[in-house]
Amino acid sequence: MGNATKTVTDSTFDADVLGSDKPVLVDFWAEWCGPCKMVAPVLEEIAVEHAEKITIAKVNIDENPRVAQTYQILSIPTMSVFKGGEIVQQIVGAKPKAALLKELEAYLV
Amino acid sequence: MTDGATGNGTGDIRQVIVIGSGPAGYTAALYAARANLTPLVFEGAVAAGGALMTTTEVENFPGFPEGIQGPDLMAATRAQAERFGAELIPDDVISVDLLGDVKIVSTHDATYRAHTVIVATGSSYRYLGLTNEQRLLGRGVSACATCDGFFFRDKNIAVVGGGDSAMEEATFLTKFANSVSVLHRRDTLRASKIMQDRALANEKIKFHWNVQVDDVLGDERVSGLQLTDTKTGEQSTLDVDGLFLAIGHDPRSELFKGQLALDDQGYVLVEHPTTRTNVDGVFACGDVVDHIYRQAVTAAGTGCAAALDAERYLAALEGHPETAAIAGLESTDPSAALKPATTG
Repeated sequence: MGNATKTVTDSTFDADVLGSDKPVLVDFWAEWCGPCKMVAPVLEEIAVEHAEKITIAKVNIDENPRVAQTYQILSIPTMSVFKGGEIVQQIVGAKPKAALLKELEAYLV
Repeated sequence: MTDGATGNGTGDIRQVIVIGSGPAGYTAALYAARANLTPLVFEGAVAAGGALMTTTEVENFPGFPEGIQGPDLMAATRAQAERFGAELIPDDVISVDLLGDVKIVSTHDATYRAHTVIVATGSSYRYLGLTNEQRLLGRGVSACATCDGFFFRDKNIAVVGGGDSAMEEATFLTKFANSVSVLHRRDTLRASKIMQDRALANEKIKFHWNVQVDDVLGDERVSGLQLTDTKTGEQSTLDVDGLFLAIGHDPRSELFKGQLALDDQGYVLVEHPTTRTNVDGVFACGDVVDHIYRQAVTAAGTGCAAALDAERYLAALEGHPETAAIAGLESTDPSAALKPATTG
């Protein structure tokens, strides 16, 4: 799976996400979550197609409980867009590619 | 770009396009593939595998005495269809034109054509339809216990519903939660006996009968529910950290409105016991048709029927009267044509 997305952990989150110049979409996911697996290939595509505009990062919430707790994740997949260290948008639940692109429109132009 | 896909609809005409995955779509694909019809399957970009992808243990699919995980069952059925030549596309269909002899199916970047289409789009979770429910989605409101139960360790949560999925979710959630309140509008459950017994025997599950959820409370996250007793009209609040929805499903038939005959709830109408819709060459199967049984095995069964119906329809198109006669489509024997495919 996926080389276009960036794996982020509790220890790299600050540098990779909060310190990023580009907007970062953080996908909070887990191995046991069916919808997370369904949306993963879609995020992979978006990461390839829009690499210059947005970074797609993945946080496995089982292995990285601190970040998930900090951002009070209560549902997965949750896809949070960070810009300048702040959450500017949050998408909950797997969605088709067209719907995701529409929600992310502001960060892809 | 995929084979057979063109921007203007001039590519090869496929024999069969299957829209949707899950047990119905993958089984239709499996049978069509084994009939050498090389079906093209639109699995849906995020719905691939269907409703079973969010279930855990499936204990009632024949052939698995120890049970099987929903996602594993779907992965296996998918692989089985692929093995025989089904072409699987993990994308969503955004529009269809089914009324002509050649059916047109479009995704957001390509158009495909086929002689037959099998509709297996399934159903989606039903929500209560409350403003605060949508606002707090992902903040304590969830439609997927297997995804989100993890976040409610030692919390108090509520499950709304009285069917098998409500019992399954409630029972599953007791693994994490301190307590699970099942909220049901009536005083009897729709759930199967075994699922009821299991939930009723679970000491972490408390049943609230004859209650309706009027509002979801909480600013940043769910803190409670506003309830009304459906018998007495008495109002109350219940303090919970999470609300899990299991109040049923709605058919995913939006795409076909105005083309396929639907019933007043949106289910695709078929000529039982076949899977023929009111449009020639279009067949429907699984949960988008069935609001009575809605089981993995019944969906798989009708998926198989749809592939066989499509196969016979194609045979009739190519002028094989013997095969066609079985389908009652076209025949030299007038008795076989009592019910032509064109009746709605």
